[in-house]
Amino acid sequence: MSESSEAKLDRSSRAATRRAAEAVVGRLISLSGWSAIAVLTAIAVFLASNAWKALSDPQVGLIRMLTGTSWYPTSTPPLYGFIQYIIASLRVTGVALAIAVPIGIAAAIYISEFAPARLKGIAKSVIEFMAAVPSVVYGLMGVYVLGPALKDLFGMQSALTALSAGVVLAFMALPTIISISEDAMHSVPSELRQGSLALGNTHWQTTRKVIVPAASSGIFASVMLGLGRAIGETMVVLMVAGNSMELTWSLTTSARPLTAVIAGEMGEVVQGGLHYSALFVVGLTLFVVTFLVNLAADLVLERQRARWRR
Amino acid sequence: MSVQRNRVRQARAVEAAMKLVTGACAAAVMLSAAGLLGYLLVRGLPAMSWSFLTGMPLKDPPGIWPAIVGTFWLTVGTAAFALPVGIAAGIYLSEYAKRGRLTRLIRLSIANMAGVPSIVYGLFGAALFVMLLRFGLSLLSGSLTLACLTLPVIITSTEEALRQVPQDLRQASLALGATRWRTISKVVLPAAAPGIVTGSILGLSRAAGETAPVMFTAVFFLTGLPKSPFDKVMALPYHIYIMATQPVRPQPLVVWGSALVLVAGVSIVNVAAAAWRSRARKKVRW
Amino acid sequence: MVSTAETLARPKCGAFDLTDVSVAYGDEVALSGVDLRIEPASVTALIGPSGCGKSTLLRCLNRMNDELGNVTVSGKIQLDGDDIYARDVDPVELRMRVGQVFQKPNPFPMSIYDNVAYGPRTHGVPKSEMDLLVEDSLRRAALWDEVRGHLKKHAFELSGGQQQRLCIARALATRPEVMLMDEPASALDPISTQQIEDTIAELKSDVTIVIVTHNMQQAARISDRTAFMLRESMERPAFLVEVGDTRTIFTNPSDKRTEAYITGRFG
Repeated sequence: MSESSEAKLDRSSRAATRRAAEAVVGRLISLSGWSAIAVLTAIAVFLASNAWKALSDPQVGLIRMLTGTSWYPTSTPPLYGFIQYIIASLRVTGVALAIAVPIGIAAAIYISEFAPARLKGIAKSVIEFMAAVPSVVYGLMGVYVLGPALKDLFGMQSALTALSAGVVLAFMALPTIISISEDAMHSVPSELRQGSLALGNTHWQTTRKVIVPAASSGIFASVMLGLGRAIGETMVVLMVAGNSMELTWSLTTSARPLTAVIAGEMGEVVQGGLHYSALFVVGLTLFVVTFLVNLAADLVLERQRARWRR
Repeated sequence: MSVQRNRVRQARAVEAAMKLVTGACAAAVMLSAAGLLGYLLVRGLPAMSWSFLTGMPLKDPPGIWPAIVGTFWLTVGTAAFALPVGIAAGIYLSEYAKRGRLTRLIRLSIANMAGVPSIVYGLFGAALFVMLLRFGLSLLSGSLTLACLTLPVIITSTEEALRQVPQDLRQASLALGATRWRTISKVVLPAAAPGIVTGSILGLSRAAGETAPVMFTAVFFLTGLPKSPFDKVMALPYHIYIMATQPVRPQPLVVWGSALVLVAGVSIVNVAAAAWRSRARKKVRW
Repeated sequence: MVSTAETLARPKCGAFDLTDVSVAYGDEVALSGVDLRIEPASVTALIGPSGCGKSTLLRCLNRMNDELGNVTVSGKIQLDGDDIYARDVDPVELRMRVGQVFQKPNPFPMSIYDNVAYGPRTHGVPKSEMDLLVEDSLRRAALWDEVRGHLKKHAFELSGGQQQRLCIARALATRPEVMLMDEPASALDPISTQQIEDTIAELKSDVTIVIVTHNMQQAARISDRTAFMLRESMERPAFLVEVGDTRTIFTNPSDKRTEAYITGRFG
């Protein structure tokens, strides 16, 4: 079959168009691949540049902010010490983890190792539901239901305390901890499980001696991610923690964690002013802390993945 | 012999006890979720009425129509920005990227983006979109901010869905003289669509429920329906927050009604997406 | 524009000439020094123990090795006298001339019709000619009688053997000059295997076929020429031991190693 020169030309021009289109699409897609790096870098740059005014101010500066214990933007000179807010974040997050870690890991063990298949399916749906409920709704439950109940239970002065906020945050951290831990235990090869059972170990002995150690890095990562979620959560602490500026380690009094400071004051500051900039310093602090927590979780998860990859 | 039997009996007892303890923890979690849903229904259902859903906030009885509309448009805007970029980035990671340092860095960035607190996205959006780009407090600023927050979810679920598509199909298409992009667009993407759609909906519904990122970028507690992307809007989550914390004239019916609408909306969309995926999976099995 | 007659016209059968072909994965040379002519309008079988580079060699012929990345092919491979690794050759165009059928049936998740039409659509065959082309391809793959009237059915509803013949039809629809088959029947039951072999026998008059198989009987049954490949140790690359008329290779091979392999497998 001889091809007419016209058909040949037609074919080669189509090939050229196709190659060009292919190159353009490939370029666009590769560019999108960079989007995550670009956004993360942009966040860091914008936080830092907006924080710079407060950081470089001779009367404020990072050292005074991190060591000072009073936050009075309207005094002269203005005071932006926020160590009490950091402690408030620790109080609330501590309560949340103290509740969510043991309960979450235990629930994950039950779902992965003991629950019958049907119950497992239901449990997973319920956990997905818990993860999907917006944080403002959890805040609502804290304000109207959990806070008042805890006030009566512990005889607290107020319903809105570090303890109340911590308990609500625990509910929000639970889905993260349970689903990632359960995943880690579930992905332990079943030969290990059967090997242990065949040696005459009970299910519980197998879980304790084989499954949990094998899944330990995944479990650790789930705790870190739950921690990240609790530190960064805003609406719950804004609504439930009670917004007290006092420096204290008490759990039964009100608190004002870092996220609540930003959310509570950002709407009332002069944009571009010193107070505005100081809020970005708080934001930058949050960013760095959660970045480190997530980095730790990610590195550990990567190790876990590498372990079962063959 | 009997020593051994005793030991076994003891191990069995411990096992039963642990099963009980861990089961109780799981049950407690499940029950509190059920309690949350039940409480929302009990408090929220009495608020449900046509005038509540479609009325204006200052009327008597008050409605939440502008908040529903605002949340709807914020979510649509988020999808418009996050889907193209997120899906393209997922395609890059699954189909184009080679194993190496850059890919590792991208993955690390995605994991870390997912962990950045939502209020920090709010600060970022206020600094970049509201101030620097002068979009002001608007639907546009809010959508862009939420899009950044949703990006990691969409990238991850796209990549995962694409990886499920067997390598054979790509080879077959390439061997037929299809280019790489044609292979992806005609064979790989359609096959992965159920997973991508479900993951994206999950991410978008989370964005719809966010309050902190839109507080300083898009929402105002009382405003009309938006007429352009540069208008500020009301949003359900923020409306709930304002109504719940406003010291004067608390309106519990509005608060719980709005919360029920928000949770129901998010859950219905999620369940529908999951159902659609499992139906699509049944049809196409590798 | 191409006319209907041209769309359905059988292209000439292609012939390959391989001169001193070597393949390396990264630093490791997997295959070296292959000289081989693949005659047009015939079936050439590549045989040899697993890991002997049969599939690697096959993938050189339509440059599917390019997709693996990190693979270097040296030496010269000519299709009807054109160097297919020349700088100005687009692998995408090459693959229109050289089709491939894979080990496991891999229909696309779409209808039977769309599967067959996939290649032609890629290459701009007009819609008006598609029905005819799809029917012709399905007929040549001996699947038409089983699927006529059900062309809109999802390809996954076909049996394994039908799926593989659909994949053959799909490859035929781009009117290739050569068809590469990588153990096309190894995942199928005996009856489906029989059908595939019958299809191959009918096809070889209008398309050159190169088939990789580990099944000696199959090679003996369906091929005109047989090439025997071997990798003697992991330290040394695989190579082509000998190539010749199938009957000669199976009854009176010139190389001792060929004889050992064939008798070993038959015995």
